[in-house]
Amino acid sequence: MQFMLLFSRQGKLRLQKWYVPLSDKEKKKITRELVQTVLARKPKMCSFLEWRDLKIVYKRYASLYFCCAIEDQDNELITLEIIHRYVELLDKYFGSVCELDIIFNFEKAYFILDEFLLGGEAQETSKKNVLKAIEQADLLQEVRPGPALAKQNVPLFVTV
Amino acid sequence: MALKIVKGSIDRMFDKNLQDLVRGIRNHKEDEAKYISTCIDEIKQELKQDNIAVKANAVCKLTYLQMLGYDVSWAAFNIVEVMSSSKFTYKRIGYLAASQCFHEGTDVIMLTTNQIRKDLSSPNQYDTGVALTGLSCFVTPDLARDLANDIMTLMSHTKPYIRKKAVLIMYKVFLKYPESLRPAFPRLKEKLEDPDPGVQSAAVNVICELARRNPKNYLSLAPLFFKLMTSSTNNWVLIKIIKLFGALTPLEPRLGKKLIEPLTNLIHSTSAMSLLYECVNTVIAVLISLSSGMPNHSASIQLCVQKLRILIEDSDQNLKYLGLLAMSKILKTHPKSVQSHKDLILQCLDDKDESIRLRALDLLYGMVSKKNLMEIVKKLMLHVDKAEGTTYRDELLTKIIDICSQSNFQYITNFEWYISILVELTRLEGTRHGHLIASQMLDVAIRVKAIRGFAVAQMATLLDNAHLLTGNTQRNGICEVLYAAAWICGEFSEHLEDPMQTLEAMLRPKVATLPGHIQAVYVQNAAKLFATVLRKHDGETESQAAQETSQLLIDRLPLFVQSANLEVQERASCILQLVKYIQKLQQKNVEVAEEVTALFAGELNPVAPKAQKKVPIPEGLDLDAWINEPPSGSESEDEKPKAVFAKEEPKHSRSRHTEVDEKELARRREVRKQEQASNPFYIKASPSSQKVYDAPGVEHIPVVQIDLSVPLKVPGMPMSDQYLKLEEERRQKEKAERKKKEKKKKREKRGKERKADSGPESEEDITPAHQVDIVTEEMPENALPSDDDDKDPNDPHKALDIDLDKYVPHCRHLQFIHVLHIVMCRNEFFSKTEIYDFKVVVSVIFENKSDSFLKAMEFNVLDSLNSKLQRPEGAGAHDSLTVPFQLPPGVSNEARFVFSVQSIVMPQKLKGTLTFIVKSDESSTHEKLDFKLHFTCTSYLITTPCYSDAYAKLLESGDLKGSSLRLEGINMPFHHLLARICFHHHFSVVERIDSCASMYSRSIQGHHVCLLVKTTVSIDAKCDEPSLLGNVLDEIKQTFSKC
Repeated sequence: MQFMLLFSRQGKLRLQKWYVPLSDKEKKKITRELVQTVLARKPKMCSFLEWRDLKIVYKRYASLYFCCAIEDQDNELITLEIIHRYVELLDKYFGSVCELDIIFNFEKAYFILDEFLLGGEAQETSKKNVLKAIEQADLLQEVRPGPALAKQNVPLFVTV
Repeated sequence: MALKIVKGSIDRMFDKNLQDLVRGIRNHKEDEAKYISTCIDEIKQELKQDNIAVKANAVCKLTYLQMLGYDVSWAAFNIVEVMSSSKFTYKRIGYLAASQCFHEGTDVIMLTTNQIRKDLSSPNQYDTGVALTGLSCFVTPDLARDLANDIMTLMSHTKPYIRKKAVLIMYKVFLKYPESLRPAFPRLKEKLEDPDPGVQSAAVNVICELARRNPKNYLSLAPLFFKLMTSSTNNWVLIKIIKLFGALTPLEPRLGKKLIEPLTNLIHSTSAMSLLYECVNTVIAVLISLSSGMPNHSASIQLCVQKLRILIEDSDQNLKYLGLLAMSKILKTHPKSVQSHKDLILQCLDDKDESIRLRALDLLYGMVSKKNLMEIVKKLMLHVDKAEGTTYRDELLTKIIDICSQSNFQYITNFEWYISILVELTRLEGTRHGHLIASQMLDVAIRVKAIRGFAVAQMATLLDNAHLLTGNTQRNGICEVLYAAAWICGEFSEHLEDPMQTLEAMLRPKVATLPGHIQAVYVQNAAKLFATVLRKHDGETESQAAQETSQLLIDRLPLFVQSANLEVQERASCILQLVKYIQKLQQKNVEVAEEVTALFAGELNPVAPKAQKKVPIPEGLDLDAWINEPPSGSESEDEKPKAVFAKEEPKHSRSRHTEVDEKELARRREVRKQEQASNPFYIKASPSSQKVYDAPGVEHIPVVQIDLSVPLKVPGMPMSDQYLKLEEERRQKEKAERKKKEKKKKREKRGKERKADSGPESEEDITPAHQVDIVTEEMPENALPSDDDDKDPNDPHKALDIDLDKYVPHCRHLQFIHVLHIVMCRNEFFSKTEIYDFKVVVSVIFENKSDSFLKAMEFNVLDSLNSKLQRPEGAGAHDSLTVPFQLPPGVSNEARFVFSVQSIVMPQKLKGTLTFIVKSDESSTHEKLDFKLHFTCTSYLITTPCYSDAYAKLLESGDLKGSSLRLEGINMPFHHLLARICFHHHFSVVERIDSCASMYSRSIQGHHVCLLVKTTVSIDAKCDEPSLLGNVLDEIKQTFSKC
């Protein structure tokens, strides 16, 4: 995987993770281009598109789009699975996660992602292990994150 | 001090944390930029404070702002500060910020090396984890080189959590520092059989990624992966392994045969779509690489196509899309199996998802045949009319053209139909692909001689109705077709019914609104038409028509003479003058037609795209030689460079020039003539190549009832449909005739044999409407064979193309690789025991290079006083150890042997032998291989970070003894030199100041080794053990003498 982007329906970037070294300028350009392309797609369209020499796999959960760029030979379906797995992890960690959780605890969202993927490859396929690692790392931290915000937002994910 | 801390925490209470910042931004929607700029000012203040908590908070906020698109590169140093905090809370934030903000150009990265090294060796696994994660995002070639050894050590860490991360990050390290691949590979391979499934899957991931780029180096791992594939139940791992096999099979077809069965089993059994899809893809790849015509494999293809059909029929758009995608791969090699699903593919053209429609279009490209081309294109033309978005419509247009023009118009039986399709396509408003249509028109008109008459008529109509195409918009891409139309009408004007009318159409004032390059073609071809008109009226004395034509040109051309486009202006004024002159001659009743036609004589032949490149340079032609004597003024200037490059002889060419005699000149003339004869661009002057006016084949075109004066918008049925009908009729007729003939034959044979003739028409039965000879593209004689495409030299993976099996020593049967590993852990042995007895583990890779089976391998080493091979208890001091595996042909495997070493200050060479049995079909023989194991002093050094103050203290202490070394003949950049020392001799850079660098390493027995390397390539070294130092320096010298 080359990078992962999370953005809202309004096109606001919520999280970005780049597994290839690019300059800020290029990153911005790519982000802008992809957000536009993905948002322009109709809801009934399939989750894949070819873009430059990469394949884009995206999926929408409530108001958030999860968007990954993979290489030509990579498997689209397993990438969808990765996205889904990540949403499940967020959901387990925050407890029915919503967009606001990710906005206000964006560093946590990154920590979870980093335990799940490393260098663009899935490093741990067991959800239990990922959450265990995060919890133990959190224990080392001095301050626990504040209580989850009042949930006014739609949860990304309903059933696990 | 206490006050300061209290003050700090009070400050913190008033600071904004991340949540406050986010909330603030959300509350200041209307003046977000202003709000953020005040926040950034606050952050700058916070970063100036000493309190690390405040700093971390500030950095955390900056990371958020970075995501919003603000530049935070100015805070890079602060990020490093937070990274080096001893508290995990802050370290975590620091590394996160670094992984988000740093890139290869960030200069503070080089400050982080020692910090990262420290974190990597931290006793807290989460410190290590966070450092590894961060490193995976911002690793640079320098970091990769400096830390490769540390990460390699972590691959054997006791905690699987660390092992797994270390294994994964090695891939990034290999990409940045390819030299690390070879030493790390044995350990990586070992991780394939790690007890922890996470580590195992990480190793599979890394090796698959490596192998996908350079598969040939990983063929020897195939048996191991095969075992993993048949035993693993983890779909993530299975997908990777299957993908790896997909990359390996093209190199080893035998592997493919073995794979088919387990893969088909998986296809039948799995419920995971992702795995199914991967299996189908790999089966396709395997079948492509296997030579076709294997009957038992048609079943697997059938299975794949069946499964894909199920995917395509699924209501899930994603599966539909992927199904079509995979189908197109099968299509390339097994078109027949896909063609039977034409109904399904055509159905997908109606899908509401555009990307699915596009995929279906791709498939159609490969599904056309002579028989169904017209039908498919008709269906596509209907879609063109229906299409809403211009992008999809343009895509349809290019696909139609692709489909029709593929493999040299192979499937077109009727070119009149194709020209009509092209003409119909010009009606698309606002398409970007005017030039595509234009090039097709040109291509067909030039290469299919028999169609020229028809094409010219169609193009004349187009020119006449040019206003329909250009419309109002100037930037309309479709007007490009007028370029083609004008050129075709001009070049093949002999086919024009009424050249005068076309000439008039080409000189209308509206033409001046067209783009310049099109106008230029108009003007040039107007001149060609003019010549044709003159020729037509040749012989008629005082021809009114000819003079009218001249007048028309003289009236209309001045418009183009004023053109802003230089090309148009130049051509127009040239031609205008010419016509004026001709008019004068005409008035004197001089016959001009022939001379004017001569201007455009000669036929243009299509030339292959590479023809020019392939023209061989004739013997004796020196393209670099001066044609004339170099200008005399430059001679004095020639003197200067001569002084610099003394070997050059500038007079060389001149002397050659003067030697040319009459004979030589004659010879050269001959050569030139020959060259011209073979040069397609050279317009020949001989009368024989004059334009041929009787185009053969024109009269053989069956006359179809088309009213050429039809306006472009035909009411009712579009023109190409008429062709479809006609073609069907024609085929019916031909069929009927054939039947008649056959019947005749039958009658003759009196029903001896009853043949079923009502079967479906086969491809060969369809004869083209007219025998069109597609002129093949010209290539020069003696053209060189086609050059192959080279690999992209910029591909970062190319550097990783390292033959991992290549190593010395080796004998006929067995390749023998040894890699020394100091696996001994510092804390396990060193701190516990004071006895100088160290264990060293040597990994040996055995590779069987022969075609026979090797078994009963026994490994033995002649012990020295210092180093001894550890043998099991009870074994004698000279007994050999049995290697715990056998080697089938082509397989390699690794075994480890433990040695106990007393003193490490001297390098050691141990002699050993390996005995084994070579088992072939009929016989088995004993063989022996002698080898030497080289224990270098370097291998006892362990990369250890050292801070500059500690380093200074060490040097000042006076315990160290010095020695120095000069390296001769080294011309590599300084940082490469340092990198080599770091990598090959396990040093780390402590500090680098301009022209020198200080380096440090430590032996497993705790000897300090300090180096001061200067750019003058001298090394001053200090160590508390002089003999160790001497040996290490010798080894460094040897490393550099090799390069």
